[in-house]
Amino acid sequence: MNAQASISPSPAAGPPKETFVLNLGPQHPATHGVLRVKMTMDGEYLVRAEPVCGYVHRMQEKMGENRTYAQYLPNTSRIDYLSAMNYTHAFVGAVERAARIQVPPRAEYIRVITSELNRISSHLVWWGAFLLDLGGFTPLLYAFDDREKILDLLEGITGSRLTYCYYRFGGVCNDVDEVFLKGARQFVAHMRPRLKMYRQLVTENIILRKRLVGIGPISPELCRQYGATGPVLRGSGVAYDVRKAEPYGAYPEFDFDIPTFPEGDSMARYLVRMEEMAQSLRIIEQGLAKLPAGPVRAEKLPRVLKLPAGDYCYAVEAARGRFLVRIVSDRKEIPYRVKLRTPCLSNLSLFEEASRGLLLPDALALLGSLDLVIPDIDR
Amino acid sequence: MSESGINPNKSGVPTVAGAAEATPPGSPPPAARSTTALPPSPPPAPQARSNPLAHLSIAFQPVDYSLKGYHLDATVAPEQVVWAAEQMDREGFSLDTITGVDWLAEGQMEVVYDYFHATRPLRAVVRTRIPRDHPEIPTISKVFPGANWHERETHDFFGIRFLGHPDLTPFLLPEDADYHPLRKDFTA
Repeated sequence: MNAQASISPSPAAGPPKETFVLNLGPQHPATHGVLRVKMTMDGEYLVRAEPVCGYVHRMQEKMGENRTYAQYLPNTSRIDYLSAMNYTHAFVGAVERAARIQVPPRAEYIRVITSELNRISSHLVWWGAFLLDLGGFTPLLYAFDDREKILDLLEGITGSRLTYCYYRFGGVCNDVDEVFLKGARQFVAHMRPRLKMYRQLVTENIILRKRLVGIGPISPELCRQYGATGPVLRGSGVAYDVRKAEPYGAYPEFDFDIPTFPEGDSMARYLVRMEEMAQSLRIIEQGLAKLPAGPVRAEKLPRVLKLPAGDYCYAVEAARGRFLVRIVSDRKEIPYRVKLRTPCLSNLSLFEEASRGLLLPDALALLGSLDLVIPDIDR
Repeated sequence: MSESGINPNKSGVPTVAGAAEATPPGSPPPAARSTTALPPSPPPAPQARSNPLAHLSIAFQPVDYSLKGYHLDATVAPEQVVWAAEQMDREGFSLDTITGVDWLAEGQMEVVYDYFHATRPLRAVVRTRIPRDHPEIPTISKVFPGANWHERETHDFFGIRFLGHPDLTPFLLPEDADYHPLRKDFTA
């Protein structure tokens, strides 16, 4: 093409540096939700990508200021609806920390098991949808087939399939039954060969590798400057995981690794999530084997909680990274302020810098590898 | 780095806090605070309450992580937030988030900067207060590019103007929004 251009410039080529604006979204299959990206293009190349947020803004933080802690709890499962367990864990954790509520060990173990099941189901949605972005339809069907098993399991104990409100202040809503325990054991046994099959079917696929390897590199320093966490940061080689850095719940009693890949490209972020599913299976297996007996709710909790004055933070490792709840209390029944620090906002904020100069299809691969949930950004 | 247990002092900073200071009267014994059986790692040592950032000129106060969810807390003057951010940047911290709190009765706005460190188990909070009727504070987006969106959001919700910010247009609110819904006197 360069040889041709040097002989006779194409009339459509236009003067150099002439750009045009391409509007991606707010409704586009590759944005998974209502995200709009204003892209300034130089031909096929991206000069500047400016995400426009707020299309699904619900003012979750204001809702936190006009209802009691217990009434606000279901809201937290609707921020990142794909990892509702982790998000409710952060909120109940913050309240328990402030009120100094002791959570029985059995409840902590159940929380870990259900959180990790939720992490796998979240990664499966990402996996299917990401490959859909890249033009492969079949993996989505495999992913949703496996995810269905998790949803059935969690529905059995929580009553919901997506926006779980299973954790309660001081424990969990109700105890797990034999059906769940048996089903969870069967799921672990079922999922391990499936992950192997995914690797052979997709991960080692040469077309996928050509779309991802070396595409959209993100350096650890860029992650630091923008506060990116989760698989994005671990895909840049930094072994940061809230479950290890600020251990919470029963996680210190579990043996698991933090998968990292130093390349920083879209493939590295892909591989981190694939490996994380295997690690979550390890955690679930240990949790099922060591599940202590005993109660699942703390006793003698007041009907309406009033927290001591002050601010309290609680961070968890959600499927997309670090989720932090900051509660400011003024001793009343309703919070004075609830701040929700969501991972997707920070992870998307580096997109403008990371996508500069990429080809449009590569920029979409980078966007997909960030695993965004737009209601998580907009809240 | 990845072993569990929070002991910010394992970086080798000499301990200055005495054992008496580490357990102030009124605080429950460590055993009562742990919500589960203790992790296999050693329990938080009394030195955990020392300040691993004592070499910085930010006046950090150590706080009990198990009660508050962060290790260090500092209140600075509004014009010092950029200076503080630069020190945290040099120390390798990452900006967690920026937010406001509207203290209506006191006529003040609090601006809270949360920091975390990707390789040290350390969480730090820098906070400042500005007058509510004149909520202006310098931007730290030149130090941490990620602060850009957090400051835009805080401007949306509280009307706090971040001086020097490249683009304070509404971020999550509609593009013509001229209200600040997290102000305590906001009525829809």
